[in-house]
Amino acid sequence: MKNFLNVYTDPVYSFTFVCIAFFFMIKYVHIVATKKFGIGLMLSTLIMFILCFMDPTFTKNFYITNDNVPIIFLVFLLAWTTWFALYQGVRNDNRIANGLPPLEGTPENREKVWAWPNLVYTELFAIILGTVFLIAWSVFFKAPLEEPANPTWAPNPAKAPWYFLGLQEMLVYFDPWLAGVLLPGLIIVGLIAIPYIDMNPKGNGYYTFAERKFAIITYLFSWLVLWNFLIIIGTVFRGPNWSFYGPFEVWDTHKVVAANNVNISEMLWINTLGVKLPSNIFVREIAGILMTLAYLVLFPIFLTKKIFNFNGLLGKICNGGFLGQRYLKSLGWARYALLIFLVLMMLTLPIKMYMRWLINLKYIVFMPEFEFNI
Amino acid sequence: MSNKTINRREFFSFLSVGWITFAAATGGMLSLVFRFLYPNVVFEPAMDFVAGAPADFDDGVDERWKNVFGVWMYKNEGRVVALSNICTHLGCVPTWLPAERKFKCPCHGSGYYPNGINFEGPAPRPLERYKVSLDAAGQIIVDKTKVFRYEKGEWTHPDSFVTA
Repeated sequence: MKNFLNVYTDPVYSFTFVCIAFFFMIKYVHIVATKKFGIGLMLSTLIMFILCFMDPTFTKNFYITNDNVPIIFLVFLLAWTTWFALYQGVRNDNRIANGLPPLEGTPENREKVWAWPNLVYTELFAIILGTVFLIAWSVFFKAPLEEPANPTWAPNPAKAPWYFLGLQEMLVYFDPWLAGVLLPGLIIVGLIAIPYIDMNPKGNGYYTFAERKFAIITYLFSWLVLWNFLIIIGTVFRGPNWSFYGPFEVWDTHKVVAANNVNISEMLWINTLGVKLPSNIFVREIAGILMTLAYLVLFPIFLTKKIFNFNGLLGKICNGGFLGQRYLKSLGWARYALLIFLVLMMLTLPIKMYMRWLINLKYIVFMPEFEFNI
Repeated sequence: MSNKTINRREFFSFLSVGWITFAAATGGMLSLVFRFLYPNVVFEPAMDFVAGAPADFDDGVDERWKNVFGVWMYKNEGRVVALSNICTHLGCVPTWLPAERKFKCPCHGSGYYPNGINFEGPAPRPLERYKVSLDAAGQIIVDKTKVFRYEKGEWTHPDSFVTA
């Protein structure tokens, strides 16, 4: 079991597992959003966690940085808030399906109270309790302070603050301009743009899942899988040299990990055509440039056209039913273009991760001459 | 509330005084900030240093100047070069792993051969080399103000290496 976990928590595998788990969470949301399931999941996770602590290596790895304690605590909190939101949403969906108003819309819940003192008092006590908690915390757990910074030396592994470890994990697969500047910028711009893109008037003032499926699924996927899961990987499963280390694996600095990667240009010219790289960089990178343009320009247009006749999910996507025509019609072309651009940029992360794992891809477009690498 | 009114001309004179004061205060503030760009004392190692005679170095990577100046000396086939210790991915400091014969960055796992060529991880280009030259006494002078980049074909430049 320990060996199994040591091998399959590697993001190469576990990312797929988490994606599948996410798919089943959405597909069987009416089962996930029950109290039985929530309690069962919480208890089984806790028991598994306690069992893990019986292993001395796990305990040692866990306490290497004190940050891990609040991070794992936050993971439980995250699971709770996600489950609770889904629980309330599904409960309202069932009420609406039965012709009842959502729970927040019942006459007894429409009664209004003053923010002062009802809300402000609650907030005050939350602040006081939070401060007490932090003071007690700082007394019992010492801050992991180290020697003054030295520009010619870095700790191994060098980890960002825990909330940036998802970004640091992302940087493994991208050029710093993309993963450090463009994608984080797009996250912020995208969050700001949500109210301008989202034309769905439903779910206003009450929890729902069925009436806001696209918004909730897109958001939860990026939040749970692409952001929080990567933070967990960066926190728990990354050791010296930023290599993967399983939860029961000793951190050995000399662990050998094959990480040789090749660019698309090398795959095309050297491996496939068997010639030297062309000296003109635009000719050299033609395959990557065409792929990027196809992905960002042709693919969104393709989604709106009815070209193939497929059935089922494939048909929904390819016949322009799922994202394409329906959203193009209801949103207008400007909102559709913005939406599809943001979604595609979000999906570059899993796409690039899988390309790295499957074909050892380094960069799609590789122009270090201009500091431009995709 | 007073009923005193000011006319358009008075309003603009107040406004002008206000803007002039604001601009002067901001300018004064910025001039103070500008002064701090030029500190009186800099606690940093010099940008150029004497690294020793080429014969002092054995073949391979030498770490003797790494902790002071952030430079690895690398000798191979009778040539000595000075490698920067800044990862070309995001500027962390890689570690020299003698057993694996490679530089490995602790931040995102980029790896380099001893000559500075990147071969694994996300680093887009090889480590930069600094300008090296021989002084009259036959000692190597490393000048960190001038870098030579492999992808620009600069490693063949005569200033980027000294012959032992």
